[in-house]
Amino acid sequence: MTTKRKPVPLNPAEIKAEMLKRYPPKVARRRDKQIMINEALANDTPEITANVRTIPGIISMRGCTYAGCKGVILGPTRDIVNITHGPIGCGFYSWLTRRNQTDASGAGDANYMTYCFSTDMQDKDIIFGGEKKLEQAIQEAYDLFHPKAIAVFATCPVGLIGDDIHAVAKRMKEKFGDCNVFAFSCEGYKGVSQSAGHHIANNQIFRHVVGEKDEKRPGGFQINLLGEYNIGGDGFEIDRILKRCGITNIATFSGNSTYDQFASAHTADLNCVMCHRSINYVADMLETRYGIPWVKVNFIGAGATAKSLRKIAAYFENPELSGQVEALIAEEMPAVEAARKDVHARTGGKTAMLFVGGSRAHHYQELFKEIGMKTLSAGYEFAHRDDYEGRRVIPHLKVDADSRNIEELVVEPDPERFQPRIDGDRQKSLEAKGLTFKDYEGMVPDMAAGTLVIDDLNQYEAEKLVRAFKPDIFCAGIKEKFSIQKLGVPMKQLHSYDSGGPYAGFRGAINFYREIDRMVNSKVWGYMKAPWQENPELSATYVWE
Amino acid sequence: MLTKPHAYVSTTNACKLCRPLGAALAFKGIEGAVAFLHGSQGCATYMRRYIISHFREPVDIASSSLGEKEAVYGGGPNLKKGILNVMKKYRPAVVGVATTCLTETIGDDADRLVREFKAEFADLDLPEVVSVSTPAFGGSHMEGFHAAIRAVTEQVVTEPEPTTAVNLFPGFVSPEDLRHLKEICEDFKLAVTILPDYSDTLDGPTLEDYREIPEGGTPLPAIRRMAGAPASIEFGRTLRPERSAGGLLQTRHGVRLFSLGLPIGLRETDALFTALEEITGRPTPRRHALERGRLLDAYVDGHKYLSGKRAVIYGEEDLVAGLTAFLSEIGVKPVLAASGGSSGRLSHSIASVCGSIPGEAPEVLEDVDFHDIVEHARGLAPDLVIGNSKGYRVLARELGIPLIRVGFPVHDRFGAQRLRHLGYRGALALFDAVVNAVLEKSQDDSAVGYGYL
Repeated sequence: MTTKRKPVPLNPAEIKAEMLKRYPPKVARRRDKQIMINEALANDTPEITANVRTIPGIISMRGCTYAGCKGVILGPTRDIVNITHGPIGCGFYSWLTRRNQTDASGAGDANYMTYCFSTDMQDKDIIFGGEKKLEQAIQEAYDLFHPKAIAVFATCPVGLIGDDIHAVAKRMKEKFGDCNVFAFSCEGYKGVSQSAGHHIANNQIFRHVVGEKDEKRPGGFQINLLGEYNIGGDGFEIDRILKRCGITNIATFSGNSTYDQFASAHTADLNCVMCHRSINYVADMLETRYGIPWVKVNFIGAGATAKSLRKIAAYFENPELSGQVEALIAEEMPAVEAARKDVHARTGGKTAMLFVGGSRAHHYQELFKEIGMKTLSAGYEFAHRDDYEGRRVIPHLKVDADSRNIEELVVEPDPERFQPRIDGDRQKSLEAKGLTFKDYEGMVPDMAAGTLVIDDLNQYEAEKLVRAFKPDIFCAGIKEKFSIQKLGVPMKQLHSYDSGGPYAGFRGAINFYREIDRMVNSKVWGYMKAPWQENPELSATYVWE
Repeated sequence: MLTKPHAYVSTTNACKLCRPLGAALAFKGIEGAVAFLHGSQGCATYMRRYIISHFREPVDIASSSLGEKEAVYGGGPNLKKGILNVMKKYRPAVVGVATTCLTETIGDDADRLVREFKAEFADLDLPEVVSVSTPAFGGSHMEGFHAAIRAVTEQVVTEPEPTTAVNLFPGFVSPEDLRHLKEICEDFKLAVTILPDYSDTLDGPTLEDYREIPEGGTPLPAIRRMAGAPASIEFGRTLRPERSAGGLLQTRHGVRLFSLGLPIGLRETDALFTALEEITGRPTPRRHALERGRLLDAYVDGHKYLSGKRAVIYGEEDLVAGLTAFLSEIGVKPVLAASGGSSGRLSHSIASVCGSIPGEAPEVLEDVDFHDIVEHARGLAPDLVIGNSKGYRVLARELGIPLIRVGFPVHDRFGAQRLRHLGYRGALALFDAVVNAVLEKSQDDSAVGYGYL
């Protein structure tokens, strides 16, 4: 009893026109530039508009600057006390609602992630100012926990009434002496999406925390992992793999992280960037100030994991490390391959759509490819053009008013601690061997011709898209989950992983193959029609007939 | 006894949500409605994801997506553009506009903006646009919920056209509770307009064909006729009539108001059935009389397990009052009734529902967070906790006692939208849950592990 999905004549141009049809002309013109049909152009990728304001009344998937700052970047750090300065809602909604995991099992490990601290501003604070209340809240947090650091996050009203949260933070830091206090001007109305919040968060971590601890940590082949948030334990699996290869992870920004990790990040010898969108500027700043080069990695997909490990080994040019990496890959791949083959028999040829994040819509295409599934359409929620088209477009990005509102730190080499980890000659020789630094080619070149690339997809377009293509699976977040499933298509959450994971690394890949197999081959969709609806012409007859 | 703790200035682990969330939920219960938050887009996104993960249903909330520029110059143009875009794509019958911290702080007057919008686009086939002021710097999600319902009756109800349908304002209850209320009225042969009614919109079936606005909800024509209803029933002991929809219909249109507690437990449900008998002139239908009988029978059977157990109750004020009424009548001793709400009426409500029960009334904490609740609970040696998921880690797990999950949000158990709380049937479901939680705990704690309890 399976419902037959009729093969749809997939003409992307027609589908795009259909999506734009019901918009008012001005909205249609704007959306037109954010919906792109991927074409193979000679030596070029087609241009998309991204990182522009959401149109009012369009039910966007995007969150706000506060969500990006407090929820995404600082959320996974366990030993910083995070205080939301504002009315109660924002703090409440970001109270352990992302599945960023942490391991605070060590002796003396503090974990404040499970708390939700807020100044819970009331009318009188809006009228007379909330600085005093904030100061008291910081004092209370200090007295209660004596944490290494306290971070303050501004919600919309704070910027509007002009509370100087940075002055309060500075005053309290000086008063305590043994607790770093810093604040984030991450009011929700700033920027066009949570991406602005990532930037504000990372800037402040770079300014107030990185470089605070010079002590060199033990261990060989020291790297930082930038832009990995340990959703569903991804970071744990990556750390397991790194450790087995003998690679030392100094700091993850910011999955399963601690204050001290950030503080000593400048002592690492290589930065590995996972999520290009949320953190590429930190990699650049670490290079300029401390001389640490960076490479793009991806641990989503077994093949991509192996490739990334080899990239790291290539950088360090150490035969022992290369040997360990190869040994690990050889050890892990048979299980992955067995699971892949088994699942591929049932998933091969099926189709997927991905609308998530600033890098996941790209990275997860790797996993789908491994089990023979084709990506029909993909797009980011909050990415910029360089995440679609590659870093080569960065010099040509238009700086609009919204981007100008987000601070760009001007970084100079640190007079004492700047130390280039590799010189120009070595860089050239590494590049000659195929290692590329500071590079990300973006998602679009990896996608097939005729696929639809859509920025900031909204509820209405998602539905049109699913109706037109009837993909075998759709990936986005919880907000999209149930509307897509009401259309009879399974929907996998790639923000929170639907309480699953990890999906990174080798073991993660196996988890993902099995999860997708479970979802795309579920029989439940075949039961949507009741038996009496299946054959409506069936009617009763008299027995004597 | 009311204690005002406030040892701390800051709020740690809040026991309340914000106003606009309540308004958005209430608008979900009107047929063809799209909730619209006037503010930064993050509010709509945060609330959508929060509501969705409780109900496991699609929830579309639009936003005027104000940016820095609009925060300075005002959000009017965005609000108007946003409503037009919602109209184009969703063709809603109602757009429910609720304000947020951002727009309240800059002083956007949503009522005026909506009036302007209606005048500016009078040539279009406009939906009903309702606006409500819901700044989160004060009150909780419940104030937002009730304010939205009151705004709907204030702005939509026009001419008192006589109708036989009685108005029912249930407050924030589960979709399953709403379905049960409908069934009760049906059995009384009583036509009823329940506002809001999200029993289908927030707990719908699988579909072959997705609808942009889910089916169900209180129909607009029925809301328009509310002024001509023979009576209104409104649940919520802490709800002030001067801030409620039932109060408005009474003072403005003379609709007789029955103000009742949330019908949780035997006695509060008896009050509802008494009111229904009075309104309809019919006796309680037999199947409900039988349900009442079965409930009492269970009370008798389960008393040996529960007698003397001590409970901590938290959540929205009216839910807390209802649960306290229920627990106190089954032999459980409510030792602490706490809420993040601050209506100022919880203490009195608790005293009223516990008045006829022997023993000391529970300690009541209003306007508190979980930090305060836990601090007080520790000294009270509770055996069980009843409330939403947010009290699991900080309270139940911390004290090593079971949590019976009720209300909103329930994010760590399945089937939150189908939880029963109201009526004799709801009381029985709660009673089974409480007894079984106590049995499970004693079984788990036993060194032997008896399977015969």
